[in-house]
Amino acid sequence: MSGYQTGVLIILCFNIMAAYAVYLPLVAGQLNLGIAGFMAIGAYTAAYLTNEMGWSLVSAIPAGGLAAGGLALLVAVPILRTHGIYLALATFALGQVISAVFLNLEVVGAAAGYPVSTYASPLAVFSVTAAIVLFVVGLSQTRFTLYLTAIKNDRLVADLLGLKVWGLQVAAFTLGAAIAGIGGGLYAHHFSFIEAQHFSVQLSIYTVLYVLLGGTQTVWGPLVGALFFSLVPELLRAGEAWRYVIFAALIVAFMAVRPQGLVTSTALRGIGRLFGRKPAAPGAQP
Amino acid sequence: MIAQQLINGVMLGSIYVLVGVSFTLAIGILNFLNFSIPGLFMIGGMVSWVLLTQGWHWAAAIGAALAAAALVSLAVEQLSYRRTRGADPEVPLVSSLGFLVLLENLVLVGVGSDQQTFPSLLGDFNFRIGGLVIGAAQAISLVLTFALVVGLSFVLGRTNLGRQIRAIAESRSTAVLLGVDVGRLVPKIFVLTALFTALGGVMFALSYLQVSPFMGEGVGFKGVAAMIIGGMGSVWGAVIGGLIIGLIEVGSIWAFGADTVNIAVYGSLLLLLILRPHGLFGKPAIREKL
Repeated sequence: MSGYQTGVLIILCFNIMAAYAVYLPLVAGQLNLGIAGFMAIGAYTAAYLTNEMGWSLVSAIPAGGLAAGGLALLVAVPILRTHGIYLALATFALGQVISAVFLNLEVVGAAAGYPVSTYASPLAVFSVTAAIVLFVVGLSQTRFTLYLTAIKNDRLVADLLGLKVWGLQVAAFTLGAAIAGIGGGLYAHHFSFIEAQHFSVQLSIYTVLYVLLGGTQTVWGPLVGALFFSLVPELLRAGEAWRYVIFAALIVAFMAVRPQGLVTSTALRGIGRLFGRKPAAPGAQP
Repeated sequence: MIAQQLINGVMLGSIYVLVGVSFTLAIGILNFLNFSIPGLFMIGGMVSWVLLTQGWHWAAAIGAALAAAALVSLAVEQLSYRRTRGADPEVPLVSSLGFLVLLENLVLVGVGSDQQTFPSLLGDFNFRIGGLVIGAAQAISLVLTFALVVGLSFVLGRTNLGRQIRAIAESRSTAVLLGVDVGRLVPKIFVLTALFTALGGVMFALSYLQVSPFMGEGVGFKGVAAMIIGGMGSVWGAVIGGLIIGLIEVGSIWAFGADTVNIAVYGSLLLLLILRPHGLFGKPAIREKL
């Protein structure tokens, strides 16, 4: 594999991790517009632990994820009291504050950026991404994801059916943030340098956009969205601005025509049938 | 010195007022968090800059910029609002974010990402009152902002159009039953928000003499903060909210330096969302049962 291909795959991996971080709370109908902030928490925590405390990668990156998840848990309690647009705006404000705090934090280089001495190989990035994808896919087979979908479809009915709506929402939000933190920690150690400006509101917004482009009905939507966002520009080889123009035009078109995104559960069933799997309808067999 | 900072804060705040009012109109009347508004702000500044450098008369350039923003806003209405009603609640928001990214990058392709210098239409003219310096452009935009907001609240409160708008805000289906032509009224609201926002962009360009494809983000997102602080849907709340944001921004620059602006502005926004999500002047929403 050439260096270029590895580079593209690495970017794809980071986009996939960010996508699943946004996806998990979104299944429960919570739009997190501050995912870059949680990535920054993971990145700076892990980098500080390996740089100054001499931790190994294996312990520092999960610690970054824990820190991001911990902060999410801490803010989830007050933030999740708000719903809908207020929640999206609160996460947005949180992302801005986190990024601005790191911009001023002298311990980790403030505006000059923070070099990271320990290096995470491409293989490490690939395997962690694979593990996260497997984890979220596995989670989608459990009742947990089913509960989240129920909350999204109707909070009140979900509550009446005995679901702990609030606890499930906190769990989805925290889990998403922890994934973002792990992604951030890996990012810091793979590129050996982080700066607060990278974890900007644009990063959060683009992630949300490609997750919705992929679709949130199934667990594969975010993966397809991340693939699309990372690979199509490479294939087009157009200028940096044009890639965003095309991407944004597609988002607008998709939200107008097919708001459920590229991958839907019906589409997946159709593909399953194409490959000869019998539709699992009772009584279909003679 | 403090008086001068207060004046600067109010001047800066008047730009946020216009953007915040646009956001509050979109959310209060249509229940649509319209994130294309920062893009319209940028269109106002950038289009007038491009036309001015082409040698257009300033009135024609500004008029064309406002018209351009109104047209874009109509496209947003068609694609992001009208077609996504009934979809998941985050879909219109995401679609309008898509418009923001689209507008910024289209302008980027057209003129490049550099910060451009906006020609100074009013010269270097200042008012000096007892040692305080007030830029002419800023003073004009402050006065114009307040004239516009007073005009808007007159339209909303006293005219037939305003009655129809308030009727949709109250209950869309009832308004339809009462004979309000929602299909024709909604585009008017979008044009109104576009004009407010784009005028904000023009006045920002005139006051601070800088435009860039991303000028809408910083100001636009602070306009969102202004809207929330004032209470979503309240026009005068957005006015107070905009001025508060302007004062917080200038105050934090003065006290701690420019890097702390985002901590101060978005930190207070976050705190407010947690403690009092309906804003300082908004009415609390009916509590959900959960």
